[in-house]
Amino acid sequence: MSAFSDGLSALDRPNSYIGKAVPRPNLERLMQGRGLYVSDMELPRMAHVVFLRSPHAHASIVAIDAAAAKRIPGVIAVVTGRELAAVVTPWVGVLSHMKGLKSAPQHAIAIGRVCWQGEAVAAIVATSRAVAEDAAEIVSVEYRELAAVTDMRTALDPETPVIHSSLGDNLAFERQLDVGAVDRAFADSDAVVEAEFVFGRHTGVTLEPRAVVADWNVAEARLTIYQGTQAPHMVQNIAALHLGLEDAQVRVICKDVGGSFGIKVHIYADEMATYALSKLLRRPIKFVADRVESFNTDIHARDHRCKGRIGVNQDGTITAFEIDDLTGIGPYSMYPRTSAIEANQIVNLVGGAYVTKNYRARARVVFQNKNVMCQYRGVGHPIACSVTEGLVDLAASKIGMDPVEIRRRNLVPDDGYPCASPAGLKFELLSHHAAMNKLMGMMDYDALRAEQAALRRSNIHRGIGIASFIEITNPSAAFYGVGGARISSQDGVAVRLDATGSVICQTSISEQGQGSESLTAQIVGSVLGVSIQRVRVILGDTDNTPYGGGTWASRGAGIGGEAALQAAKVLRSNILDVAAAILQSSPAELDIVNDAIVNADDGAPRIELKELARIVYFRPDTLPPGIQPELMATRHFVPRQYPFAFTNGVQACWLEVDTDSGFVKLLRHWVVEDCGRIINPQLVDEQIRGGVVQGLGAALFEHCIYDERGQLTNANMADYLVPMSGEMPDIDVGHVVSPTFETELGAKGAGEAGTAGAAAAVANAVNDALKPFGAVITEIPLTPQVILAALGRI
Amino acid sequence: MTTAMPISLHVNGEAVVAQVLPRLNLADFLREHLHLTGTHVGCEHGVCGACTVRVNGDIVRSCLTLAVQADNASIETIEGLSDSGEIADLQAAFRDRNALQCGFCTPGMLMAAQDLLKLESSPSRQRIREHLSGNYCRCTGYQAIVDAIETTARARIGREP
Repeated sequence: MSAFSDGLSALDRPNSYIGKAVPRPNLERLMQGRGLYVSDMELPRMAHVVFLRSPHAHASIVAIDAAAAKRIPGVIAVVTGRELAAVVTPWVGVLSHMKGLKSAPQHAIAIGRVCWQGEAVAAIVATSRAVAEDAAEIVSVEYRELAAVTDMRTALDPETPVIHSSLGDNLAFERQLDVGAVDRAFADSDAVVEAEFVFGRHTGVTLEPRAVVADWNVAEARLTIYQGTQAPHMVQNIAALHLGLEDAQVRVICKDVGGSFGIKVHIYADEMATYALSKLLRRPIKFVADRVESFNTDIHARDHRCKGRIGVNQDGTITAFEIDDLTGIGPYSMYPRTSAIEANQIVNLVGGAYVTKNYRARARVVFQNKNVMCQYRGVGHPIACSVTEGLVDLAASKIGMDPVEIRRRNLVPDDGYPCASPAGLKFELLSHHAAMNKLMGMMDYDALRAEQAALRRSNIHRGIGIASFIEITNPSAAFYGVGGARISSQDGVAVRLDATGSVICQTSISEQGQGSESLTAQIVGSVLGVSIQRVRVILGDTDNTPYGGGTWASRGAGIGGEAALQAAKVLRSNILDVAAAILQSSPAELDIVNDAIVNADDGAPRIELKELARIVYFRPDTLPPGIQPELMATRHFVPRQYPFAFTNGVQACWLEVDTDSGFVKLLRHWVVEDCGRIINPQLVDEQIRGGVVQGLGAALFEHCIYDERGQLTNANMADYLVPMSGEMPDIDVGHVVSPTFETELGAKGAGEAGTAGAAAAVANAVNDALKPFGAVITEIPLTPQVILAALGRI
Repeated sequence: MTTAMPISLHVNGEAVVAQVLPRLNLADFLREHLHLTGTHVGCEHGVCGACTVRVNGDIVRSCLTLAVQADNASIETIEGLSDSGEIADLQAAFRDRNALQCGFCTPGMLMAAQDLLKLESSPSRQRIREHLSGNYCRCTGYQAIVDAIETTARARIGREP
């Protein structure tokens, strides 16, 4: 910061874009239908692949007869798992820091056996997708159906078949934690309340399905992968590893991405098969999942049953938390991030906002013959928050205390930082009480309570639900790297001044609509004193960006943003060195404002950046001897001090339950969130709102419904309900700002806060509304059927 | 599938003649034959609204319409509405309000929004929400979209928001 002679930091200068709602630079092309999503792409000689998928949850593949299909004009190849295994090796989704986590080798296309309904058994490649689909219909597969393991509750029973006999049992992972003196705390409590919380499986439903174009150029011995992915360098590494290539032989290009939310941060078997088919067939291959395939193969999430206990004293003191979580992840641990992370997060996060140090937890992760489960927006947070906040409300109800009051008596005080949670999470600085105070003002809590009471007299049942939460953001290598995954936790940014005085900025974070381009341009423009219109951001190309993690786990702004800040500071210093040489001045006497070098003291213009650039690039002969300008700078950043930058916040929901129909009407939703320094308030607020609505969908509608044979019964958008505009409320967003001091930027993540607490707020509000009926519901989605059953009406 | 059939239509004002299989839907025709990739395919069963286009002035799901049904019709896609300037103010409002994130729903959303604003000059927020209820957006939570449409409606009738 000392580089700035005016005494202001790099980000607080007069023309700073930081903290301003600057429109995103990439919107125009998206609004005009002139973006480029993978599903839009065509390459010369490109063929299309359609996967024939298993109709059974668990079956042996006895025989595959593709002779008739191969005769259809336009069919290029029909490839089985065994044939494809010649060019792609199987993988096992484990990480060494998830102690005991086990999984079985998974192939790009099933060999010998299918383990979930939707697993690919053959690839049909043709000149058009329609022809490939025609051919798929006449590929004949003989199956021998096997007993399917579907109920997570009996997956570990001795009489239940073991899905992978080599693993010995169906237990993928187990973690136990026992901190403080839990038994004594419960024994000494005035009351102990317990409940079982049930969470329905749901999925991401990105509007653009997963899509890949893989192009193996045999002459170059290079594979170019066009994929809507959140983590281009991870895809590069994994593709190379399993196709027997060097990383340098694989280029991953990520153009526009039609939604991700964690769905597109994994490597799917059908994507790996598409890369391998391109290598096998020596031509570009395109795979675009259709919607039914998306429901059957995009990762699912949140299929948990979690028993919880809370101890409380009459004065409201929470004495202990205990949970026992069970989750079913499908037949394989997903690759390469594994399917143990969500359960692990739940163990880490439950009770994390509260003072009590007595905490016991067990989480078990079991295999089953359903689609794979893995990390989706919020990873574990919605479960942990719903269990914790549900228990806190039950405790409050038990002792007759207001839900806000019990939280105020137990949330970690705002001056109590830094501190650590019972699970060992390190908190730098959180603001639970400031957030709660702000929320109370925004929603006018007391007035709502009065309105609720008045309406109850006329048989209108409205409820208020409160949910405090913590959120993991800016993950360090502690997330994946320490477990052996080659998923970068650092990000890099290269910034250069080009020959016309514009700035080009290459960053390793990726863009799926969050605003990565915008925040990078805002930071770079602010530090350099260059107008944002002159900053172009390049991302999503492993050949043309620094190496880095990408955009996931609420890390883009906090990690990639800091790298951008530091790179821009170096470039600024380099520009001022050159300017001083040209102007026979000193760098300290100069500044950059509005695309020009000016005097630091009186702001008088000295030379425009485009003129400086002209001299540097075209007339370096006129520079003083010994000057070698460096108008490009690169910096990387990774958090080292804290494994994660925790954020916090609180949500509130105001809703009405129709006790005759069981329908819930959302009336209003409030969020107060603390993500540290806010680079673009509009982008942050919209991340929060979008996240909230994803959580509201989970709370009320979204559910992948399997039958007892492992058949997904609602794999389409008519039967799987998503939040639409008509049912969603307006959402008020407020902020408390507690920057992280680990970075100069001070930004933490905001991408998952909305999803973390929304369902908990809804569930608490429904129970609040139903209080006169004595009904307590600890299950989502809160469908009319669930509500009417709880009311004893059906 | 059988044999291709001839169709003749106008797309964004340009005359188009093509031979199409009877089973080809309008979305695939626009995207794959005419390379108008602004019309997006999200669900292929008429629920998500990403493929919304105008046929003879009415908005339709192009995934539920066969290309042969568009014979003699006038089709307008997002590219056409953008180039004509018809929705420039609406697009500006979407930009200023950040009413899109990934942008995949946006062409269909703009189509539906413009349809409403042609029908009603001053729709309430609830009316806007109802009219968009066939267009799925996973990113925004809809509020910014409703705001942008409301702002545009007010501006069009000469009142500032």
